[in-house]
Amino acid sequence: MSDITITERQAGDVTILDLNGKVTIGEGSVALRTAIRRVLGEGKSKILLNLGGVGYIDSSGIGELVSSFTAVNKEGGTLKLLNLTQKIQDLLAITKLLTVFDVYEDEAEALASYN
Amino acid sequence: MNTHEIKLPSRIESVDAAAEAADEFAKQCGCGDECVYALDLAIRESVANAVKHGNKFDETKDIEISFIESGDAIEIRVRDFGTGFSVADVPDPTDPENLLKSNGRGILFMNSFMDEIKWENPPGGGLQVKMRKKL
Repeated sequence: MSDITITERQAGDVTILDLNGKVTIGEGSVALRTAIRRVLGEGKSKILLNLGGVGYIDSSGIGELVSSFTAVNKEGGTLKLLNLTQKIQDLLAITKLLTVFDVYEDEAEALASYN
Repeated sequence: MNTHEIKLPSRIESVDAAAEAADEFAKQCGCGDECVYALDLAIRESVANAVKHGNKFDETKDIEISFIESGDAIEIRVRDFGTGFSVADVPDPTDPENLLKSNGRGILFMNSFMDEIKWENPPGGGLQVKMRKKL
């Protein structure tokens, strides 16, 4: 059984991916990559990653967030992050990636930022 | 002194196996949640490096891991049997020109969450990292 589940929701033209579980080397990172590529393949390029259910992430998972960000940018889209746990926030601070990602604590505010 | 040693094959699944062994050892030693998390992250990153960059997924080469409790600290040693590398040559992932690279952050996490880290080239080849976390 996979360590992660990814559920897709649509809010207007923004695709929200709710992640639950671990984003670590192997299955977790691959699952995120596959989900992002699939959404982009469907022509959806405004993506909000809800990380509220991610209890654990490693450097491979952080790398996958960066790869997702650059893949979405390349398609002219925007990827933003929602509901960071304290641990993820700490890792993004250590890696200075908080300066790269647009991060939100409130879903409505995050959705409004795409307009 | 409390010690535990394991050998794991050079495949990605060994990262989870090593982390489970580290969690069990840490809890036996009375580590708190923060210490358990630090050891878990550090061993995942070090074993992933050993599998990918050290042994390069060669399953004829093991990853050797030792856990040592010595009163005031836990030491974890992770050894591969690859050709080794110079840690000084690893690019700084927080340098603006490296921020959007998809890898290269594992050593930064190990340094951030452990109290001491030493890299050695032991007799017989390969690379060994020794990481200490105060209890």
